[in-house]
Amino acid sequence: MASKITEQQVEHVAELAKLEFKDEELTKFTTQLGSIIDMFEDLTNVDTDGVEPMTSASDRENVMREDKAVKSSKEETDALLDNAPDTDDGYIKVPAIIDESEDGE
Amino acid sequence: MNFETTIGLEVHVELKTNSKIYSPSPVEYGDQPNRNTNVIDWGYPGVLPTLNKGVVRDGIMAGLALHAQIARHMHFDRKNYFYPDNPKAYQITQSETPIAHDGWIEIEVDGKKKKIGIKEMHIEEDAGKNTHTSKYSYVDLNRQGTPLIEIVSKPDIASPEEAVAYLEALRQRIQFTGISDVKMEEGSMRVDTNISIRPVGSDKFGTKTEMKNINSFNYVRKALEFEQKRHQNVLLSGGHIAQETRRYDEATGETISMRTKEGSDDYRYFPEPDIPDLNIEQEWIDEINSEMPEMPGERRAHYVNDLGLTDYDAMVLTQTKEMSDFFEEAVKDGGDPKRVANYLMNDVNSYLNDKQVDLPDTKLTPANLAGMVKLIEDGTISSKMAKKVFKGILDGEEPQAYAKEHGLVQLSDPAQLQPIVDDVLANNEQSIEDFKNGKDRAVGYLMGQIMKQTRGKANPQVVTKLLMKSLNAK
Amino acid sequence: MDFYQTDLSQLHDDLKNKKISATELTKETFDHIKENEDQVKAFITLNEDEAMKKAAEIDQQGINDDQLTAGIPLAVKDNILTKGLKTTAASKMLEKFKPVYDATVVEKLNNNGFINVGKTNLDEFAMGSSTENSAFFTTHNPWDLTRVPGGSSGGSAAAVAAGDVLGALGTDTGGSIRMPASFNGIVGMKPTYGRVSRWGIIAFGSSFDQVGWLTRTVKDNALLTQMISGNDEHDMTSSRKEVPNWAAQLNDDTSVKGLRIAVPKEYFEGINDDVHEVIKSALAHLESLGAVIDEVSLPHTKYGVPAYYILASSEASSNLQRYDGIRYGFRAEDVKNIEDVYVRSRTEGFGEEVKRRIMLGTFSLSAGFYDAYFNKAAKVRRLIAQDFENVFKDYDVILGATGASTAFKIGAEINDPQTMYMNDVLTVPVNMAGLPAMSIPAGFSSKNGMPVGLQIIGKPFDEQTVYNTAYVFEQTTDAHKKAPKLGGQN
Ligand SMILES: [Mg+2]
Ligand SMILES: [Zn+2]
Repeated sequence: MASKITEQQVEHVAELAKLEFKDEELTKFTTQLGSIIDMFEDLTNVDTDGVEPMTSASDRENVMREDKAVKSSKEETDALLDNAPDTDDGYIKVPAIIDESEDGE
Repeated sequence: MNFETTIGLEVHVELKTNSKIYSPSPVEYGDQPNRNTNVIDWGYPGVLPTLNKGVVRDGIMAGLALHAQIARHMHFDRKNYFYPDNPKAYQITQSETPIAHDGWIEIEVDGKKKKIGIKEMHIEEDAGKNTHTSKYSYVDLNRQGTPLIEIVSKPDIASPEEAVAYLEALRQRIQFTGISDVKMEEGSMRVDTNISIRPVGSDKFGTKTEMKNINSFNYVRKALEFEQKRHQNVLLSGGHIAQETRRYDEATGETISMRTKEGSDDYRYFPEPDIPDLNIEQEWIDEINSEMPEMPGERRAHYVNDLGLTDYDAMVLTQTKEMSDFFEEAVKDGGDPKRVANYLMNDVNSYLNDKQVDLPDTKLTPANLAGMVKLIEDGTISSKMAKKVFKGILDGEEPQAYAKEHGLVQLSDPAQLQPIVDDVLANNEQSIEDFKNGKDRAVGYLMGQIMKQTRGKANPQVVTKLLMKSLNAK
Repeated sequence: MDFYQTDLSQLHDDLKNKKISATELTKETFDHIKENEDQVKAFITLNEDEAMKKAAEIDQQGINDDQLTAGIPLAVKDNILTKGLKTTAASKMLEKFKPVYDATVVEKLNNNGFINVGKTNLDEFAMGSSTENSAFFTTHNPWDLTRVPGGSSGGSAAAVAAGDVLGALGTDTGGSIRMPASFNGIVGMKPTYGRVSRWGIIAFGSSFDQVGWLTRTVKDNALLTQMISGNDEHDMTSSRKEVPNWAAQLNDDTSVKGLRIAVPKEYFEGINDDVHEVIKSALAHLESLGAVIDEVSLPHTKYGVPAYYILASSEASSNLQRYDGIRYGFRAEDVKNIEDVYVRSRTEGFGEEVKRRIMLGTFSLSAGFYDAYFNKAAKVRRLIAQDFENVFKDYDVILGATGASTAFKIGAEINDPQTMYMNDVLTVPVNMAGLPAMSIPAGFSSKNGMPVGLQIIGKPFDEQTVYNTAYVFEQTTDAHKKAPKLGGQN
């Protein structure tokens, strides 16, 4: 079966994943991903009619926590801010967001 | 050409739980930035969510309040997208198995009742907040993880008026469950809309446009009206509607197309592997149902049938849960229902409007209002005095003590009043004669004299009783 | 200290009876590590100062009977969070990252007084089978320095094989404990999914990841695994099943007589002759001890690799989105706007294999492909789990090779991801089903003298039978007694 993925598709996926590839990398990645995806195509040989997808191997269900609040100490939240690349007055600071269209889900 | 309109509404409601949906951080506002966060809220390497039982319970309660079917088996899903206020770059939500589905609420527009269907409701986490300047954005994760219920309507809404009626009914029902404040101005209720139009009789929906986060019912109506007209104009002039997200500009009253990035809407949903499935037992649903507070309709019936209020009074009092709860509390504290209702609907409401505050933000308590009403009932204070006492209880004063302290107490003790009555009669022989001759005016004159002597503090009912007794004995 | 000459219980007694102090033991451990490290390169971070301090504390406090690991130097894979001690996942993305909390497994070990000697190398974010994907350096196999130690827990395996420590923590998403154990001639156990808390483990494939130990001996492994197991309220997927004292059952009476062993015919398809040979004689040995061995079929075995790479990469693509340069870790320099922060930080911060998996996963979940890839693979996963269930109706354990080959040469497969992925064909089905499985030394290749691992797969939460089988094999064979000759290669 011919490779199922084009360079344009790889570029689109990279955009979703917030990654960027230079031209020669893109070509190499497209070839590699193509052959791996060809391997994925093997799965079409498996009859999965009526099979429920399995997405966990845990033996648990109905796991819930009581609604009790635990507030972090000042030291704990300070440690979090200390690890951030840039902060200002208790806020995490990032270069300006240009596109606001995705705000609020 | 005639068109018909189809509107869909997605409403996000913030829950008033103690802790966040997937982390034990407190749900609290007004704190310093990032103080109500922990490693989970920051999406640290190695962290895992823990599901808050209170959120599942509230979700079920909301489902029941909106006459929906509760999912007996459900799981959570990841919705993937990058944004600075979304620390994991995925939102844990429910896409395949919403907690409730197929509900409805009743609305009334122009005296006509209509049922609006609710497609589904799911529980999910809120994002943090970004503040922007031109060069930088500042991220505060305090809101990250606050529990939300998203309520998605069926395409049953046919006009902007119906949309607003739906939102009002929805807000009222959710508010009465007590799970949320549902205040648009505070962001605990947020509305996304979509609208499309099609020629009457067409069996295919038109292309819809979306608007997100409109921040009042009034703007929802205006934005939808504008879009409705815009769609019509575009279609009538032979154009076609682009599927897009638009923004309502409050200043101009117009909607504006927003730049949408290509491919940004591919959320790559898949089942959340860190949260085991839930199987909801019927017993739990029954238990939550039994804890369901009375809905506005039930309360109105109670007020009219058992407490003797008018339909109108009952409707006004149940507009908000705060008012209705206050009323019931005051009646429980012994206040006469009709008098309490009148005070709430008139004096209290105009005070709230005047000061632009909500009832819980004032110092007025149900016990103090009930106490004042009781003082009026038992004659301790006159209704004129009550006007002054009311000012006191607005400041949080206890009515009885306040009345006493400010000399706002009627003279009702017969032992104290009888000598005054006797004194006035002794000095007005002519009036006694007039009374015996059947001149009723004499009584009024004598009353006036007594009130004058007590500087208006005498309880008129007691005085009348004593005076009549004395006159008849003459 | 040469850890080939002792074990956990012995050392515990020696420390308790003050035959040796924790300080001496720790000092000797670091001397030994430093002797080997130039050649093996097992550690990303050595924790010498803190370790010596802790050892002194232990010496002062003394050791209780139940503090089995008190004063014992052990190593931790560098994708397991250690508070205040750099945890990198072998990625430039977290090169300077200092966790603000401990993983539950680390907290348990701390409570038991263990000495954390340092953080071991791995394939970046545990994605790989050779440690060649580490952003920092490749670890070398102590048996032959020109070969890989396997991966992704290659640093942990090499540290144990080199005699640096008695045990090292690893993680296993598709074979990352068992494969390096096999390549290094040591013992590695991946417990049942849910047996050990994942809190504080840098997530790769959340529905597959498990923590476990790489050790010299089976009994040490049982003792150490018991210590980190059990329900944790931080991890909703962690099991509430009781944790048995597995080691208590490993003694002279342990036997494989009547043990029903299933050997899947698919596990011999495509494996190298030298490996086949060693596994065949291992099976014959167990049969001679009274085990009953039958050939069975796990028909969906060959679909394990594609299904696994779709599902684990999908989960990984989502799990690794949080590395965005905003809240912690690497942020690219001179970024203009938020899109720049994302794209440049991630493009510069992640290595090639990680990007490949993110791309595969993102693709498998994207609009129009979800049903054909993610959902199809999740259905195949169910069939693979059912294959195991069917066999376990009649058998106690399933046996086969751990890897189709012995440790390969550094650089031999790194440019051929597809071939690299096929190394996992015998290990990934176990993670798909969430079963406990172990690799133990079975012998050596007649071709290159490298160790060969025997894989023992058990029923869910039946680690006991796996340990019993491994223990009997270990006690009646000599493969585990041989040590690599570092410096002068064999
Ligand atoms: Mg939505
Ligand atoms: Zn939502």
